[in-house]
Amino acid sequence: MLDGQAARPFAELSGVSKFFSGARALEGVDFSCRQGSIHAILGENGAGKSTLIKIMAGVVQPDSGTLTVGGTPHRFSRPSEAAKAGIVCVFQELSLMPDLSVADNISISDPPRRFGLIDRRAQRNRAEALLARIHCEDVDPRALIRDLSLSRRQMVEIAKALGKNPRLLILDEATSALTSRDVETVYNVLAELKAEGTGMLFISHRMHEVEALCDTLSVFRNGRHIETFDKGARTQDEIVKLMIGRDIVHQFPPKPPAQPRAPHLTVADLKWENRLNGVSLAVGKGEIVGLGGLDGQGQKELLLALFGVLRGVEGKVTVGGETGIPASPAAAKGGRSRIALVPEDRKTEGLMLPMSIADNLLVASFDKVRQGPFIDPGRARQAVADAIAQLQIKLNQPDDPVASLSGGNQQKVVIAKWLLTQPQVMLLNDPTRGIDVGTKQELYRLMRELADRDTAILFYSTDYAELIGCCDRVAVMYDGRIVTEFSGAAITEEALVAAALNITRPAEAPAREAVPA
Amino acid sequence: MSTVTATTPPRASALAMSIRQNRGFYGALLLLAALYLVYNLIHPRGFSTNVFIANTNESVALAFVAMAQAMTVIVGGLDLSVGAVMTLTSCIASELVRGEPWQIALGCIVSVAAGAGFGLINGLVIVYGRLQPIIATLATGAVAIGLALLIRPQPGGEVDLDLNWAVTNSIKDLAETYHLFDDGEAAWLQPVAWVPVPLLILVVITAAVWIPFQRTVTGRTLYAIGSSEGAAYMSGLPINRAKLWAFTLAGLFAGCAGLYLAIQTGSGNADIPQAGAYTLNSIAAVVLGGISLLGGVGTVIGALVGALILRTISFYFRILSIDPLLQPLVEGVVLLAAVSLGAIRTLRVKNRLELFR
Amino acid sequence: MANDLTLPRLKSDDLPIVISAGFVLVILALGSIYTVATLGTMPLLSPNYLLTQLQTGAFLGIVAAGMMMVILLGHIDLSVPWTMTAAAMLATTVGGPAAIPTGLAVGLLVGLFNGFGVAYLRIPSMIFTLGVDSVMRGLMIAHTGGFAPQDSATPLMRYLAADKLLGVPVAIFVWAAVSIVIAAILSRTAFGKAIYATGNREAASYLSGIRTRWVIVGAFAISGLCAALAGVLLAGYSAKAYQGMGNAYLLPAIAAVVIGGTHILGGRGRFIGTVVGVILIVLLNSVLSIMQMPEAGRQIIYGLVIIVMLLVYGRTAKVTS
Repeated sequence: MLDGQAARPFAELSGVSKFFSGARALEGVDFSCRQGSIHAILGENGAGKSTLIKIMAGVVQPDSGTLTVGGTPHRFSRPSEAAKAGIVCVFQELSLMPDLSVADNISISDPPRRFGLIDRRAQRNRAEALLARIHCEDVDPRALIRDLSLSRRQMVEIAKALGKNPRLLILDEATSALTSRDVETVYNVLAELKAEGTGMLFISHRMHEVEALCDTLSVFRNGRHIETFDKGARTQDEIVKLMIGRDIVHQFPPKPPAQPRAPHLTVADLKWENRLNGVSLAVGKGEIVGLGGLDGQGQKELLLALFGVLRGVEGKVTVGGETGIPASPAAAKGGRSRIALVPEDRKTEGLMLPMSIADNLLVASFDKVRQGPFIDPGRARQAVADAIAQLQIKLNQPDDPVASLSGGNQQKVVIAKWLLTQPQVMLLNDPTRGIDVGTKQELYRLMRELADRDTAILFYSTDYAELIGCCDRVAVMYDGRIVTEFSGAAITEEALVAAALNITRPAEAPAREAVPA
Repeated sequence: MSTVTATTPPRASALAMSIRQNRGFYGALLLLAALYLVYNLIHPRGFSTNVFIANTNESVALAFVAMAQAMTVIVGGLDLSVGAVMTLTSCIASELVRGEPWQIALGCIVSVAAGAGFGLINGLVIVYGRLQPIIATLATGAVAIGLALLIRPQPGGEVDLDLNWAVTNSIKDLAETYHLFDDGEAAWLQPVAWVPVPLLILVVITAAVWIPFQRTVTGRTLYAIGSSEGAAYMSGLPINRAKLWAFTLAGLFAGCAGLYLAIQTGSGNADIPQAGAYTLNSIAAVVLGGISLLGGVGTVIGALVGALILRTISFYFRILSIDPLLQPLVEGVVLLAAVSLGAIRTLRVKNRLELFR
Repeated sequence: MANDLTLPRLKSDDLPIVISAGFVLVILALGSIYTVATLGTMPLLSPNYLLTQLQTGAFLGIVAAGMMMVILLGHIDLSVPWTMTAAAMLATTVGGPAAIPTGLAVGLLVGLFNGFGVAYLRIPSMIFTLGVDSVMRGLMIAHTGGFAPQDSATPLMRYLAADKLLGVPVAIFVWAAVSIVIAAILSRTAFGKAIYATGNREAASYLSGIRTRWVIVGAFAISGLCAALAGVLLAGYSAKAYQGMGNAYLLPAIAAVVIGGTHILGGRGRFIGTVVGVILIVLLNSVLSIMQMPEAGRQIIYGLVIIVMLLVYGRTAKVTS
């Protein structure tokens, strides 16, 4: 670590570890940051960046290790305590209340008062001043949050954070939803804050932002702090290498040799709202096609559109020779198309947590175990037993609530539920998120087995290593389009990271999209 | 990349802003104005203060009960005991509001305080017992009715007649009854002498309770909870305190309704169907007044307007000599039509997953 | 789908049922102690008395069975009172062999309409069914002119509601039949499983390919049918239909369902619990009336029992974020 010039760091973590239901999020992290400087934190998805800042901002508490702020040890049990100590975070998931006005939200925790009552005029003036500071004069302090665009909400969130007079401001992907003009504005504000002596932690996936803005960079990987260095000390290539690491920890099943496959699922010029801007893609029988790219480039919407969830989708979809966009998930899973979707959030979209494992397994295929109007208990039991055996789900009894299982086994239940419908097309939305390594490997093997039995698999993952290890082909999305496709040996982490970040690398396939700053 | 949306042209006027943000409320206000205007136009004797006074008299209790309901709906709850608490306090008032002036005053205070106290108990059961408001208030409502029957097994009571006369007529009559302002003949009083006292009571209590409360941190927390309880928690807002206040104020408003009902009718009556009808009408009034049943949107004043709409509809039956028995039909149709208008939004949802949130 | 090799265990869903069943016994015991002390007899435990109680409980039981389907979805049906009354009134008006089918058709139509409003327009069921109840009330008052209808119940209606078969009131058989059908639907059919799934997580059910809108419409239709059947029976029991005959059934039906362990926000609960809840409420009422408890005391005890039982097993999780 380079803390030569950091004689007195403002915030310092030493030996901090945090585990979420057994899975490592952070382990033995020593880290410090100073005031009057902008400090970037880099790492892949799941490297531990989010946990790091959640600990500093008082959202979660570390399992072990200490946090020192301004020379005194602290243990924040809620965000307001961290704010009192001067640490304020602009979260990626918004913390605004949609039915309240901008001014209300900015001063929500400590509004200006007169005679004990909230002084609306003072509150409005305060909001005006803070919004003016980030050049958001177009936002009316009286407007309701729910009437603002995502980009404006993000700016309000920043104004709200500034209102707490932070000594250390944490920005977690705070620029991801901003327009390029706002990004510019925020940069300028950050520079001013730096000059005033505020410290900043900056998390972003966009390399040019980091390059332009930060004084110091720290790289995290797999919950560990890898290295901290000054801007310019490393080339972009070196940074990407540090982020990836040389050890590929996951074991992937061997891929079959590349072969020409007749397309089973064909998508042509798919459009929806402004999130899908003409996606064209083909997935062959027995092929695993990965979807790469930064978060929120339309990957999830593509999967939902194919599964019949979205209204007003335009374009052409052909599954096994039948053309047409399914009108509902019920239509998508049935008929000749037999599509299955493993959704993004298994707790709210994949499972009914209080219901039994058996019921969750059968929920998509009760009509397959029917005898007349009634469910045949024997066949139902058999189907459940088969599913449990096939995926080696570790459980006590099939009648236990599915909530009693570990995250990995819950995800197996979601997948097993769909295997019971014998799908021809499998859509996977980041199925290994928050799952332990052992189960991940089982899922990789399972995907390959399914492909070998001629299932067409479309697999979105935020983990590049998975895309490389599992996929026959990878399509990288940017701004609702597929910008690049890699196949075979061309699927490398450098290539994927570069394509997703839109860094033009002469040695690799060039990104085909101009980069809005 | 999303572009800057046209959220705000330079600056909208405060009124335009308010209208845009509270379409439900202003729609209700417009509907009320139209309904009441037409009512007076077609009234056989045209507009008269006597009719106006009679109309307001009939509206006060429901207006207060609707305001009570609004308090709990704004936090995303529901109070099925408001009608019962109103009944309870009207029975208490029918026992206490008589005798010497100080006894009458004390009686009024005790009645309203009993309502507030019952509301506080509701809040305690819901917050610390962690019960669903719907089912908890269903049960406490039965208790309230039981207590009302205990106090007044038979309808009756002798509420002070002067008070009855004074609060159910115009301001002039009020002054005359209590020999205030030269028996109501004071020159400065004349411009407002015709104003019905029940209207005055509604306005004063709303202004004294709701308007300041809305501007406290607790009051704002009500909206924060209804809007997003998780975000409210993350912002360190006093969630439990706000919920207790919401139910206590609901009890207070229900208490006001009961007190007024007792004074107006001169008696108390532990009438179970009537309590139920008031509770159900309060829900309808809240929805008509632009308050979202999901919480976070709307004001107590909206509920007041909603209640007045329901009452105005019932006035029509009298003058059009429509069978008053058809009233529930019309009320039901109005309610269904109003909520169905709001449903148009769901037809525009592009991502069907959003329907389930 | 119990695992045959293990002993049956007490699952969390069974706890409320066991507690409320225990409470039923406590009520019977306390009531009997009271009657022994005052009358020297134990009429409460005589089969005849119990059968009479169950007969009056049948109407509530049938309403509660339908209500449970809706509550399992996290919705509520406030249109029950006037669905009952409308079914009863139209059944008696039509008369003859078409009486009962007419009544049931009314219930089915109301249920379908409720389901349409809740599932397709996505209007909160609390408010939509309230509006429908009001409309039904208006229609019925218009239909009868506000007076008690003069037509009397058909002999079949009277037989089903008030007669006895093998010494047991026929109404109990009707209740049992409805119970068996509903219990079978809930535990043995895809539709029943879909109700639980949708009540737990509508999004997850939808993404599992369940047609959740049809499920909601179906549940409301059943609720309407049950309310209509109860109304028709009640008209048979009283020999005619009358204004407001359903009013006394709404809140007790909700209470019975919730006391029986069904979660008011949906997704959890067993049908047998609702049966126990109905018996509890009916017996509580009858013991209180034997004790000549005035209406005041009854209401208070009734409310406190619900609160206490929910405090024992109905608490929700604490909200954090």
